[in-house]
Amino acid sequence: MDALTLHRIHFAFTITYHYLFPQLTMGLALLIFIMKLIALRTDDPAKRERYDEASRFWARIFAVNFVIGVVTGIPMEFQFGTNWSEFSRRTGGVIGQPLAMEGVFSFFLESAFLGLLLFGEKRISRKLHTLAAFMVFLGSWISGFFIIVTDAWMQHPVAYKILPNGVYEVTSFWGLLMNPWAWLQYAHNMSGAVITGAFVVAATGALYLLQRKHEEYGRLFLKVGVIAGIASCVAQIFPTGDLHGKYMARHQPAAVAGMEGLFHSTPGAPIVLMGQPDVERQTIDNPLAVNKVLSFLIYGTTSAEVKGLDQIPQDQWPSALPLLFYSYHIMAGLGTYFAGLMIIAGFLLWRGQLYNARWLLWPILLSFPLPYIANTAGWMTAELGRQPWLVYGLMRTSEGYSKHIGPGTSLFTLLGFLGMYSVLSILWIVMVYTAIQKGPKAPVVDAGHDGHTLTTA
Amino acid sequence: MGTIWFWIVAAMLTLYVVLDGFDLGVGIVYLLVARTEQDRRKAMHAIGPVWDGNEVWLIAGGGTLFFAFPLLYASSFSGFYLPLTIVLWLLIVRGMSIELRAHTHDSVFMSLFDATFAFSSLVLAIFFGAALANVIRGVPLGADDYFFLPLWTNWRTGPNPGILDWYTVLGGLLAAVAIAMHGLLYLALKTTGDLNTRSTAWAKKALPVVAILTLASVPATVIARPDSLIHYQEHGVAWLAPAMVVVSLVMIAISLARGWEWRAFLGSCTYLASMLVGAAAGLYPVVLPSVGTEGKSITIDEALAGPHTVRVGLVWWTFGILLALIYTVTVYWLFRGKVPEHSEGYGH
Ligand code: HDD
Ligand code: HEM
Ligand code: HEM
Repeated sequence: MDALTLHRIHFAFTITYHYLFPQLTMGLALLIFIMKLIALRTDDPAKRERYDEASRFWARIFAVNFVIGVVTGIPMEFQFGTNWSEFSRRTGGVIGQPLAMEGVFSFFLESAFLGLLLFGEKRISRKLHTLAAFMVFLGSWISGFFIIVTDAWMQHPVAYKILPNGVYEVTSFWGLLMNPWAWLQYAHNMSGAVITGAFVVAATGALYLLQRKHEEYGRLFLKVGVIAGIASCVAQIFPTGDLHGKYMARHQPAAVAGMEGLFHSTPGAPIVLMGQPDVERQTIDNPLAVNKVLSFLIYGTTSAEVKGLDQIPQDQWPSALPLLFYSYHIMAGLGTYFAGLMIIAGFLLWRGQLYNARWLLWPILLSFPLPYIANTAGWMTAELGRQPWLVYGLMRTSEGYSKHIGPGTSLFTLLGFLGMYSVLSILWIVMVYTAIQKGPKAPVVDAGHDGHTLTTA
Repeated sequence: MGTIWFWIVAAMLTLYVVLDGFDLGVGIVYLLVARTEQDRRKAMHAIGPVWDGNEVWLIAGGGTLFFAFPLLYASSFSGFYLPLTIVLWLLIVRGMSIELRAHTHDSVFMSLFDATFAFSSLVLAIFFGAALANVIRGVPLGADDYFFLPLWTNWRTGPNPGILDWYTVLGGLLAAVAIAMHGLLYLALKTTGDLNTRSTAWAKKALPVVAILTLASVPATVIARPDSLIHYQEHGVAWLAPAMVVVSLVMIAISLARGWEWRAFLGSCTYLASMLVGAAAGLYPVVLPSVGTEGKSITIDEALAGPHTVRVGLVWWTFGILLALIYTVTVYWLFRGKVPEHSEGYGH
């Protein structure tokens, strides 16, 4: 394999692995804050203790994921320099900005208040402890924002100029932060993180009910998970996914054509629900297509012409076309399934039948890995769709890597990361599984305090 | 503008070394001074709530370096490819060891994580010291401002250096001992009982070694990088840094003798900070010296990002770092004082 390919796999592997953790922590941070808020607001001591204990439980799971998120995030930050030095040298003045802001504005916030959330409950008041949960949420969501601003600039460069020595310079700070692409991508991505959080919480609830263990918490988790799940799954498709797709069709027609497998420009373009793209013959094998829908989704009329790959020079086609096509279809397919599942669960919850509907608890339990797959597939769509550009339309991926780091060296560190991360995965599974099996502690009333305080035994 | 950013980045990385230094130091001396399970929990408890926040100074410092000096970031990170990647792996091992130990109740696994915690901390300290020594000694920059360093060549400084040579190994050793002492003084400050006694006793033994290695590093630096004194000669204020090094060593010695835990730890913070500031002052205005024949040293002006970028950056950076300092101080204040004798450890 050549150096470029190895550097790409290096980045793709490490970032995909890293993002497995933040997607859960960002989603959970919101849910933990909501649970703390419910506990703070209620007058019913039993309910308060239940929600407090539930948030303690999820904060422990959060902590495990957070640490892995941190240790796998640091390599990302360094990798721009180690493996993509030419890209960093030329665009560092632009993308270094949001990356540095992420460190300064969100990581300090997140780590400081996570310490308080985990260890400080006895040292600070209930209100302050809820505030700590909010700050952790805020920190992780700000972090997500700055990262997305970085990625969005690569997808859709704005507010820059190129200096005589080839280096990029920001022309407008607010222009960079207000990149419309970033806000669309952010909305869609954060909603995707909430889906992961909601599915994990709901699946744990379903597990407890199926095992007939910690049932009180099983019901609570299921309720919180399903309500958050409905909101996020719907938002994922409409408006966020829809808007993002429309915006892309205008600015990255090559990526959209690749995602949809549209080789030829067509008025009234069909949407291909399934099929296998054949790049040589420029067709889709075994297509399952619905006429005119794609034109409608993108332009709102069934007759509009959608630009196909034939209008784009072949050297600007996304390089891994079939993978792009599948990634996109996996994401969108799973998105439709999630919305369906959560709406059915929500309906039963409303009718008061969910907790006994074992036939539905099983799919809820088994679906917890799927949001991870959908989020990963979504990112593969975004990043493969951007190819062959590193900075869309401006700098090719082949210009950006570290030319003096040979393929042997890159393979060495890639294998090292593969090894390290395999071990991390095993440890993660053991830790999370143990924590879930132990479950939240059963609440015990402690009359010793100021009348209405409950502590755990 | 470039000078401001030079000192901003230097200050952030210095703060990282001072803060995460004691986490690493605790790791280095952990097996030595914390003998019982109770002591090990206490040691972990002393760093538990803060180590992650301390590590953020490295991330934020690295990020700031990236945007303020893209050329320096690109050149040095890719040039130090192998050692940096190893540092990343060690940071993974260190972080996971702390976290996992808190989650395990099986004594076999606990001793495994104790060992990985101690090992990764020690090697990290050595690598950080060696890395700094590499920057001081200089690297074989090519005409395109890039370089690539193998881990070792012939162990000599000069035009064909490796990451490790006699000078950088000395730097690594000095860092390991100094950071170990820093950790000992932190443990003494944060704990009571046996752990406190043992940490103080070991700190007393470490101090002379630190002093001797520090002294040895002066002629070594002049040999490895003959022009390193130029800036000192041009700017008299730079001499403050080595002066502070001496003062802080004396301060540690007196405080240790009198049993002043706070002052001893402060002395050690000052020592580490003055050493690093001293090194930065010796480099300025160069950020990456060249030892090769092809390329010139990279200076602040060459490496600095575009003018608009750095001007706007100063505004948000100032604002953000004030917030960060507030959080940091708050957390330290809330977890101030000694770790309770019967701490439940850093478990959640
Ligand atoms: C749980 C996760 C999840 C689900 C169910 C969906 N998505 Fe998604 N999608 C993401 C998670 C995601 C993501 C990980 O958040 C991405 C990758 C980059 C980004 O910003 O968001 C993304 C990107 C992304 C893009 C942009 C790709 C690019 O930037 O090149 C489009 C057009 C869509 N999505 C559209 C959809 C539609 C129409 C969906 C519904 C049926 C859908 N997504 C479901
Ligand atoms: C938001 C922050 C992100 C940034 C700044 C970013 C940046 C980059 C960079 C610099 C590359 C290498 C150059 C290239 O191949 O174009 C890359 C490639 C890639 N990234 Fe991202 N990425 C981000 C997020 C993600 C996430 C979360 C994933 C997946 C879960 C992902 C998946 C990939 C893949 C699959 C590639 C390889 C694409 C290819 O080379 O064909 N990225 N990204
Ligand atoms: C190339 C891209 C990326 C880089 C350079 C990067 C860098 C980092 C770093 C250095 C950390 C550790 C911070 C700490 O100590 O708290 C981290 C953690 C984190 N990252 Fe990333 N990251 C990338 C991609 C992403 C993406 C795509 C997201 C989500 C949108 C994300 C969200 C987070 C969050 C929320 C954390 C906090 C830790 C956690 O919750 O697990 N990162 N990242």
